[in-house]
Amino acid sequence: MPANELHQLTIHEAHKLLKQRKISSTELTKSVLKRVAEIEGKVHACVTIVEDIALKEAKKVDNYIKTAHEITPLTGIPTLIKDVICTKGIRTTCSSKILENFVPLYDATVIEKLKAQKAVIVGKTNMDEFAMGSSTEHSAFFPTHNPWDLSRVPGGSSGGSAAAVAADETIYALGSDTGGSVRQPAALCSVVGLKPTYGRVSRFGLVAFASSLDQIGPITKDVTDCALVMNAIAGYDSSDSTSVPYPVPDYTRQLIPDIKGLRIGIPREYFVEGMQNQVRAALEAAIDKLRELGAEIDWEVSLPHTKYALAVYYVLAPSEASANLARYDGVKYGFSERDASNVIETTERTRQFGFGLEVKRRIMLGTYALSAGYYNAYYLKAQKVRTLIKQEFDQAFEKYDALVTPTSPIVPFKLGEKLEDPMQMYLSDICTLPINIAGIPAISIPAGFADNLPIGMQIMGKPFSEEILLRIAFAYEQATNWHKRKPPLL
Amino acid sequence: MKLSYEQVRHIAWLARLGLSEEEVGKFSLQLSNILENFEILKQVDTANVPPATHTIPLQNVFRKDDVAESYSQAEILSNAPKQEGNCFKVQAILE
Repeated sequence: MPANELHQLTIHEAHKLLKQRKISSTELTKSVLKRVAEIEGKVHACVTIVEDIALKEAKKVDNYIKTAHEITPLTGIPTLIKDVICTKGIRTTCSSKILENFVPLYDATVIEKLKAQKAVIVGKTNMDEFAMGSSTEHSAFFPTHNPWDLSRVPGGSSGGSAAAVAADETIYALGSDTGGSVRQPAALCSVVGLKPTYGRVSRFGLVAFASSLDQIGPITKDVTDCALVMNAIAGYDSSDSTSVPYPVPDYTRQLIPDIKGLRIGIPREYFVEGMQNQVRAALEAAIDKLRELGAEIDWEVSLPHTKYALAVYYVLAPSEASANLARYDGVKYGFSERDASNVIETTERTRQFGFGLEVKRRIMLGTYALSAGYYNAYYLKAQKVRTLIKQEFDQAFEKYDALVTPTSPIVPFKLGEKLEDPMQMYLSDICTLPINIAGIPAISIPAGFADNLPIGMQIMGKPFSEEILLRIAFAYEQATNWHKRKPPLL
Repeated sequence: MKLSYEQVRHIAWLARLGLSEEEVGKFSLQLSNILENFEILKQVDTANVPPATHTIPLQNVFRKDDVAESYSQAEILSNAPKQEGNCFKVQAILE
């Protein structure tokens, strides 16, 4: 492969070439940086690019590779990080005006883990402000465009990470997923995105949105890469008391193209009203493929509490957010508006000018749901229904190894199309929200196109069943070619 | 459930969130619409259902109380919008 096309490589392809010393990390990093310089003007996936830091690190890694006997799968490989994950010395904005100049003093645990593998961090990606949104249009800086059709959204909130991976502006990226923010943009950009089981990956250094729902996950060009990134980032962390002390398997171990006898259920509630016909057709074809590959498909699965998930999510997530975002008062860090007569007014104005409309909307919603007189009707009720949703999944997974659904009921929509109607925007996450509510893992993989617009398939499993999800995803990927298609960008 | 301008202003005050008049108007409509969509939860019988808190069965999480290095005053203040004499500077709280 010519040196100016190296940005197209996957992790495992680049690793092989690095190991054989056929390419250097510097060449690979330069190719990625050149690609970014060429197409960022169209895609707008990145908030910050740290060219000098990246090239310096790549050079260091190259020196290391010269003498190393073994290198880890991520050694020397460039990556982009969603701008909600703290990077020491590199501005971390959450795509918000209130953190526009915030420079973290420490690395998130996932960043420490990537650095331990000698990964090369190239920059930070755009997102919906504080990860609140489904289109990346709620970034305070600029919207990201979908590489498959620049007039359309890449999904969100990790839209920058997904668009960058799809457009080969990086070899892989990290995102975060509170209600679908890794999987929905992965589906809309035709890349692979995994939301791990709650507690599988440390949240330390992930700027909090809704702490009981947030998880960090990989966004990659194929399923093998997803497993490799999971190997690097999963595991217990004493700095995150909600991370679980279970051993981490080698996620590549189950990457075998064989799903004979696996029991896969198709919950009918996810084939919702308003789902586009081409998405339905693509999913039916994909499920048929899984059957051909030997899986036992049951189309008669019902999860009747699914219809309450949207309401549960939009009570719980904003409630947690309203508490988490109380810390932005303009005193210790971040934007501060001091042109007011007293300290309360100062706080109010700091938050008025520092937060965007969607963030304010959710703070308002959450504050209302938690306020005296409404707590029982909204927050407590939602927490009880959450229990029922989780129980329903538990029961389903006694019978099935995995459940398969669309990731998004619709293909990427036009920029601006849903911006003025928050309820319509919220509905675009209808298939992904229940997974976070139940804390289970789910992966989205490319499953076809409707007039050149990507369609994603979501595979979900019981807690800590990431290996089975990866195995099904891998078998499907090996039997199809969707993941090899590239957007007609240039 | 319809939220009045007065209620919107009250919630904003609880959240210490300044809003323009235009935002108050917008939120009165939009939040009312969103809250209407929450009404569906009333259909669910939750009489004997315990509320969920976390989805993974972890209880009483402890770690060793190890002494570790922390940050210098200068580092902690490095992101402060205003500082004076090694302190965060805020407006007077008491007159």
